[in-house]
Amino acid sequence: MAGVVLQVVLVGLGSPLLVGVMRQVRARLEGRAGAGIWQPWRDLRKLMRRQPITPAGTGWMFRAAPLLLPGTALVVASVVPLVTTASPLDGVADLFAVTALLTLGSVALALAGLDTGTAFGGMGASREVTVLALVEPTILLSVFALSVPAGSTNLGDIVTAAAEHPLSLISPVSLLAAVALVIVSIAETGRIPVDNPATHLELTMIHEAMTLEYAGLDLALIEWASAMRLSLLLGLLAGLFAPWGIATAGAGPLALLVAAVVIALKVTVLGGLLAASEVFMAKLRLFRIPELLAGSFLMALLAVAASYFLA
Amino acid sequence: MTEAIYVQLLYLACGAFLLTGVLVLWRRDLSAIIRLFALQGLALGALILVLAAYQRDLALALVGVGVGGLRAGLLPYVMRRALAAAGAHRETRPLVNAATSLLVAAVLAMLAYAISRPLTQLAPGPTIRAVPVALTVLLVGFFVLVTRRRALSQVVGFLLMDNAITATAFLTTSGVPLVVELGVSLDVLLAVLVLYTLTDRIRASFGGTDLDELRELHD
Repeated sequence: MAGVVLQVVLVGLGSPLLVGVMRQVRARLEGRAGAGIWQPWRDLRKLMRRQPITPAGTGWMFRAAPLLLPGTALVVASVVPLVTTASPLDGVADLFAVTALLTLGSVALALAGLDTGTAFGGMGASREVTVLALVEPTILLSVFALSVPAGSTNLGDIVTAAAEHPLSLISPVSLLAAVALVIVSIAETGRIPVDNPATHLELTMIHEAMTLEYAGLDLALIEWASAMRLSLLLGLLAGLFAPWGIATAGAGPLALLVAAVVIALKVTVLGGLLAASEVFMAKLRLFRIPELLAGSFLMALLAVAASYFLA
Repeated sequence: MTEAIYVQLLYLACGAFLLTGVLVLWRRDLSAIIRLFALQGLALGALILVLAAYQRDLALALVGVGVGGLRAGLLPYVMRRALAAAGAHRETRPLVNAATSLLVAAVLAMLAYAISRPLTQLAPGPTIRAVPVALTVLLVGFFVLVTRRRALSQVVGFLLMDNAITATAFLTTSGVPLVVELGVSLDVLLAVLVLYTLTDRIRASFGGTDLDELRELHD
């Protein structure tokens, strides 16, 4: 139980820091000084003090989305094996539940974007749903491929099994699944080459287009939730493909502390790599994105097929 | 080499073989397609070397080095020369767009697994279980052959099929005799050289290698 609380607190407090680190890495590589890793927290504090404004004519969906998005992210944070594989929600929360919760958050935001009735909101929502339609099956399939050797769809069991048989991590199943999961994580969190998190008022934006009408506390909640989703997906990647140092059920406080430090390091390194690779990439044309996602879907499907036949 | 490590390495080589074959569908850049083909040749060579190391068979190891050298070195070199001469560097308008062809590849993979089921049930073993991978690449190669317009990417499709046939031969038998493999490899090399010359002649006569434009007869 203590491990799960630690995990949720770590995700909640650490995610904006992760975003800060990624922006700082990017700034340094581009030759700028950067705003420091605490800047996302300063932004959130500033936004929280401001009054949220709801545009005239918007309904309950617009008001519910900023609560649903961080809510689902926090529930997922208590299930995904980041610090510990033991979760009090183990019986009901497997990979299907995690994917469904992440989708619930995305769909809520897309509906809120539609609810505003503005051109940008509707465009962003339609693009988000286009991406989502290929991203969610890919996440499901790639984690499913990893669950076949473990014999369970519970994420904690998958990570435990992978930690016990490190040789299985260099199998084609886990390589294909890793590539697919990396691509969809990038798409799901709206990073380059699928979406550019640093631009506003560009005709190709996806995530920012849906949040244009939000202000104040609502915007802070959405920004915070996006940061949490990013660190959750990176944490899931780290847990599935480098499952060392994650505490098992019944571990002492010291083991939990070590596990927390290890996962923070792993996610920071992954985030740094992602930010560094973004410097060398341009955003894809919007019409090329389904191609990229279809490719990752194919890899996830091949991973499932390979896990069935090459096992 | 222990059994477990042998199986892991074998499947890793098969995974790389499959991945490079499928990625050919994804890329439009002809030089990238040739690079992927060379990587696939390396994976095929590695596959044969792993088999040779497990069976402690020197002749098989020599075949592996030869196959790897031919498919990762010589054939890509010939194709790169053809590409440099042709000047067109992109597969401009494939008959089926990239997103759809990737989804078709998923269907082809399922088909390959379905049709190789009787084969895998015949003699279950680590090498036989990898046969569907080779059959998938065979079907993908055939798909590339029929849907691409540039002569060079059609050659790559043909060579993907040949790679897959070679891989199937090594996976299903306990070792192909050196003479047979030598004959097949020379055949392939000859075919590519003929195709290279043919592409060159097509380009010299018609100014392009888009084969769909060569439908009408002239005197």
